[in-house]
Amino acid sequence: MSAAGGVIVPQREEEAHGPIGHGGGVDTAFLGMLLFIGSELMFFAGLFAAYFNTRAAAPVWPPANIDYIEPFPLATPATIILVLSSVTMQWAVWRIRAGDRTGLKRGLAVTLLLGAVFLGIQLYDYYELVTVERFGIDSGVYGTLFYTLTGFHGAHVFGGLVGISVILLRASQGQFSGRHHIAVEAVSAYWHFVDVVWIALFVTIYLLK
Amino acid sequence: MATTAIPRRVAYPTARSRVYEWLTTTDHKKIGILYMTTAFTFFLLGGVMALLVRTELAVPGLQFVPQELYNQLFSMHAVTMIFLFVMPMFVGMGNYIVPIQVGAADMAFPRINALSYWMIPLGGASIMAAFAFGGSPIGWTMYAPLSATEPARGVDLLLMGLVLLGTSSILGAINFLATIFKLRAPGMTLMRMPMFVWVTLVTSVLLLFALPVLTSGLIMLFIDRNYGGGFFDPALGGNPILWQHVFWFFGHPEVYILILPAFGIVSEILPVFSRKPLFGYRAFVLATASIGALGFTVWAHHMFTTGAVYLPFFSFFTFLIAVPTGIKFFNWLATMWGGQLRFDTPMLYAVGFISLFLIGGLDGAFLAVVPFDFMVQDTYWVVSHIHYVLVAGSVFAIFAGIFYWFPKFFGALLNERLGKLQFWLLFIGTNVAFFPQHLLGLDGMIRRIADYAPNAGWTELNFLSTIGAFLIAASIVVFLWNLFITMRGPREAGDDPWDANTLEWATTSPPPPYNFEVLPPVRSERPLFDLKHGAVTAHGVARPAARGETHGEMREDAPEERLGEPVEGHEDQQGEPRGPAAEVSAEAPDATPVAGRGEPDVAQAQTEDRAKPTKPEEHS
Repeated sequence: MSAAGGVIVPQREEEAHGPIGHGGGVDTAFLGMLLFIGSELMFFAGLFAAYFNTRAAAPVWPPANIDYIEPFPLATPATIILVLSSVTMQWAVWRIRAGDRTGLKRGLAVTLLLGAVFLGIQLYDYYELVTVERFGIDSGVYGTLFYTLTGFHGAHVFGGLVGISVILLRASQGQFSGRHHIAVEAVSAYWHFVDVVWIALFVTIYLLK
Repeated sequence: MATTAIPRRVAYPTARSRVYEWLTTTDHKKIGILYMTTAFTFFLLGGVMALLVRTELAVPGLQFVPQELYNQLFSMHAVTMIFLFVMPMFVGMGNYIVPIQVGAADMAFPRINALSYWMIPLGGASIMAAFAFGGSPIGWTMYAPLSATEPARGVDLLLMGLVLLGTSSILGAINFLATIFKLRAPGMTLMRMPMFVWVTLVTSVLLLFALPVLTSGLIMLFIDRNYGGGFFDPALGGNPILWQHVFWFFGHPEVYILILPAFGIVSEILPVFSRKPLFGYRAFVLATASIGALGFTVWAHHMFTTGAVYLPFFSFFTFLIAVPTGIKFFNWLATMWGGQLRFDTPMLYAVGFISLFLIGGLDGAFLAVVPFDFMVQDTYWVVSHIHYVLVAGSVFAIFAGIFYWFPKFFGALLNERLGKLQFWLLFIGTNVAFFPQHLLGLDGMIRRIADYAPNAGWTELNFLSTIGAFLIAASIVVFLWNLFITMRGPREAGDDPWDANTLEWATTSPPPPYNFEVLPPVRSERPLFDLKHGAVTAHGVARPAARGETHGEMREDAPEERLGEPVEGHEDQQGEPRGPAAEVSAEAPDATPVAGRGEPDVAQAQTEDRAKPTKPEEHS
């Protein structure tokens, strides 16, 4: 740095890994995704607030004549599968950061599969509850809360699957590289967020007694 | 030779129709104009509803509109004015002005910007269609259990429309935040941003965190209404008060979403027409941020009478908001104090805003007093308060902004004589319409009623209020005429008709699609003032900072950008982008540090700079 005001060279792009470091600061698209996740967080905060407000006001919980929905045999395996999908998603991100396009595709494909299995389990669970247990969205506020919270989470999982499909398609056309893969980073952040929301939901609905 | 033989293929149609261009545009300026035009159209619709309501209330008895329609009218009036007029109007102004004020070429996500806009007419159409499906007579607050049990299908249309508008606002907020954080011009540090950009930043944060909560509430209501849900139904174990919590957790930040941009517009106009810098810039920024933060702590002051909330907490925090608001008021007055005041129409509206918004603000402080609130809950006192802050506040600031920026939008100044006539009609009309409502409220007149007894003693004040409403309508007619003759007239306002300070006046009127041919260097929060008045004037703020005293590499090469000279592209020799990206390290401390300097040093550096003004040449 000379007295004449030398130019500090920004971090070179080749050295930058992930969303941080492109000329300093968060990538614009990634920042957009983070902000969007912030708003989604508040959306689920509203639903969780409804749950805890209702539960706090109720004399007994769950309401009379209704049993807790048990974490076995379906919800716990589903949770493990979704957490695993987060791991595979992150693995895919690490692969593409290292420039490994094949690894990216494999990671995304496995994530897509695990996410789809999660959704399948959830739909089967709904089917069982509605047809066998006669427990629907209109079965009192407990049913309304259960289906609204898990249903909107499921919708977000579906949104994540659409996102993963898009980047898998783009990856199969070789559109990502070790330096240019911001869409992968953004979808991965969203997927992790969906996973974290599920863990909170799982604890709230199935474990908190 | 061969080239001449090949028929010329045009990549794009040379003459696209203008309609097609406007429908498909991603230019933030065109989208801004679309926003403002749409919002103004809904303003006229909402105004007609208000006139119908006031006409019915002019004298006792039901003469004009049946009760069912009356309930729909006052509900839709509020929904229209809040969600379809004030919010999109401010978003439209921000869309046009914010990217130019920070020296960007467009918003961060232009296509998402277009998507945000197009959700507004779609959501508006859904909401207006409610009239054809039994209306939506549930008030704008949509309280359960009324909203959950009202059989009219119009309510569902309203809910869907509001979800669309909310999504539009969330996407818009993300876009504004990304633009402000990532696309600022070289030298435009956070503490050099124009105040309108600051309030847009804080408003966007409020939108981002408050609106999703409303969306979740609207969806709960929709599930209760259509799928047998029990969120708000005590028979099913639900709780109607939950709606109020969810709604007001959104609703109170919403109030600041409706007024903070107004503060920003007034803070842009006052310095220009007082020929002084804004007094207490940093205090102003802090006050704006703390109003935003406090906005999330006071939602239950709308629910004092439910008995379900802890009164002292919410009362205390409500009073606390008076502190930052008071700071703003004193800053505005101090900005004008000793200045060379020019009372052009924008300034008239700004001063009108300050004087009348004070009344609305004091009304609000009254409502924070719990016993007083118990007395005037759901009376015309509340109606009066909301209109003093939304009409005398937001609407006055909107007109201030329209008159101020109109030459930038269209290259022509609105007519001053008609503008002043409109101002006085609106000023008098607002007071005549809404001041009597204070007295009606104290006298116990309940809001949302279509009729009142002739012997209640409310007839004269109601008649006066109706006269005021028609005065306001007259002022809007004057404005429409003003628009008409101005748009037909010559476009010769020039680039900088008000002799202003901020970057939007440093480009042509209207600006080219890319906004700037030449970006002036930014050395203070008044870059254009610095440009016009030279580097080493008596003000001593306009010169490149000494090396090492400010942050980042973009200041290190400041001597290359001598004042008044074009910035040669925005890249340095390495072809790396230099500029806004480097500054983000200040907001995200975990990001790559640039030159190890954070934001807090900037203010200090500015202070130090003022102490020792130097000529730019000395650095080169």
